Amino acid sequence: MLSIRRLNFLGTITDSTLGELESINLVEARNVFKWFPIKGGLFGRTIANVRAVDGVSISIRKGETMGLVGESGSGKTTLGRTIMRLIDPTKGEIFFDGVNITRLSGRSLKRYRRRMQMVFQDPYASLDPRQTVRSALTEPMKIHHIASSKKEADEAAAKLIETVGLNQDHLERFPHEFSGGQRQRIAIARALAVNPEFVLLDEPTSSLDVSVQAQILNLLKQLQRRFNLTYLFISHNLSVIRHMCDRVAVMYLGRIVEIGNMKAIYESPKHPYTFALLSAVPNPDPTKRKEHEPVLEGEVPSPIDIPSGCRFRTRCPYNTEKCAREFPPLVEIEPGHWVECHYDIDFSSARRSF
Amino acid sequence: MTQRVEEVPFEPRSVYRRRSGRISEIKYSLYLARKNPLVLSGSVLAIGSILIAALSGIIVDPRSWAFQYPPRYYCWNNPWINWHLQNIKPCPPGTPFYPLGADAFGRNLLNMIILGLPIDLQISFSIVISAFAIGVALGAVAAYAGGLIDEAVLRITDVFFAFPGLVLALVLVAVFGRNLTILTLAVLVVWWPLYVRLTRSQILAEKEKPYAEALKAMGAGRLRILFLHIIPNSIYPVIVQATLDIGGVILTFSSLMFLGFAPSPLTPELGKLVSDGISFVSQAPWLVIFPGLAIVLVALGFNLLGDGIRDILDPRLRR
Repeated sequence: MLSIRRLNFLGTITDSTLGELESINLVEARNVFKWFPIKGGLFGRTIANVRAVDGVSISIRKGETMGLVGESGSGKTTLGRTIMRLIDPTKGEIFFDGVNITRLSGRSLKRYRRRMQMVFQDPYASLDPRQTVRSALTEPMKIHHIASSKKEADEAAAKLIETVGLNQDHLERFPHEFSGGQRQRIAIARALAVNPEFVLLDEPTSSLDVSVQAQILNLLKQLQRRFNLTYLFISHNLSVIRHMCDRVAVMYLGRIVEIGNMKAIYESPKHPYTFALLSAVPNPDPTKRKEHEPVLEGEVPSPIDIPSGCRFRTRCPYNTEKCAREFPPLVEIEPGHWVECHYDIDFSSARRSF
Repeated sequence: MTQRVEEVPFEPRSVYRRRSGRISEIKYSLYLARKNPLVLSGSVLAIGSILIAALSGIIVDPRSWAFQYPPRYYCWNNPWINWHLQNIKPCPPGTPFYPLGADAFGRNLLNMIILGLPIDLQISFSIVISAFAIGVALGAVAAYAGGLIDEAVLRITDVFFAFPGLVLALVLVAVFGRNLTILTLAVLVVWWPLYVRLTRSQILAEKEKPYAEALKAMGAGRLRILFLHIIPNSIYPVIVQATLDIGGVILTFSSLMFLGFAPSPLTPELGKLVSDGISFVSQAPWLVIFPGLAIVLVALGFNLLGDGIRDILDPRLRR
């Protein structure tokens, strides 16, 4: 794929304006910042900022599944909410199908809301407890004037509920009468009600039973093929990401530290953080388990007080003086595989010492 | 010959299911109410008092507030019997035809209590309903709009909270005159800020829940989210408070009457009855006890009902 990218002054990727590239990317975030100010003192001055998202650029191509991994507190959900325009970015721009939607509001934003939908982590909390499934499914159609009559909306709801593997008897029930997996199916059906192009999946399986997780993931894959959807899949579960995604972005403390094809990330991680995450995944085969699983030490630093230079240096076993001094550059190690690190570390020999 | 079940069309079945779902919910609510003795007694008291108030003109001669009628009732204080009123003596509860006794003018206390009920309930309902409407409207707007509007509404309620309730009502009545409308307004002025705060807090909690954000992501407008989702989800505690307050308003209103703010001696009201009876409390204590008991029972009934409604309506306590 032809892509011309250059680094901007902040060291983040900026896509240059190639017509072809614009049409390939369905969703794009350019150098997005989201800082939450902490007010205090006598006059409510801003004392500090929680830098939840700190200069992130990410582009999602049509039809692909982009994975977004990171520990809790890494800002992945905040980035997702910013992309969905649920919160406004402090700085930076969001593009949908080549159109800058960062400043849109009201009716013009609503047009784009129809094309991008979201599935939330907690399916019980994301459904109105006093709304029947039928009403939850027909409401987005009403909002976007998709169904011309009540009957048509009801028929569409009946079709939808069967698409996600439930049946029409479930339409009159309330969310609390369902199991977690069924609720998530309803939430997915609701997201699909307006026939979107892009669906943001914010940890859609992490509150579910392991046995149900696989069903939901397979349902999502099947729906993607059927409706030609583009996914941004946020998760902290690396195995789930591996099962679902074409490309993966690894987030640490508000920044994407490594981004690349799923295969490249999983087989040859280039950032020490990605490597640490991958080696923390438990191996289901006991014979292949090593004596000492390398586990990342320490806690994620506070996003209020981010370390100087490379933000991973406080936990990085390879950290040098340079890491504290200089902001690491974003390097394209191989085509489409970008890493934010000073060094090109070979992890193949490091597996034990790490 | 045999009819095939599969041919039943889709539409009627769904209608049937929906209705049966609602009926079973209501039935379940009634079952929960029956099961709880406190709720049961509360609803008996509350519904009983509403019925008595509604039918008071039929049960009792409405003229019996003003004078004793008809003459055949036996009581020394009855001017039809003891026209010169030489031998006035207390007619205690249990005197024939006077189950709760009579006052110094020979009026039947039971009749007076029954006649006093409707005005208390009417005023209580109108105050609570208006306070509820004002409170929900202002509270919802304040919570959902936030910022300056929120601050403005909160500061206004603070002003009203700063005054002791009854005193403010007394001042208003003293300034604007003594009639039932002014009295009602005076109590309302004291009462509505509570509902603003309650509704505001409920909506603030509710609007942060993920389903509100899910609706926003779906493309729903602010008004749709507020009126169709957040308010229906947060209104139940406010309804419970309103039920509880019906008793409270009756108490406050009767205290105003007791303090001597009754528009006229002919206003049939329970607090007024207590206030009149207080002058005879040493010779005829029942003149204070029974009207007071009536006030307490009505207030208690609505309070118990409110408590019960809280348990029944809250889906977390329900299942």
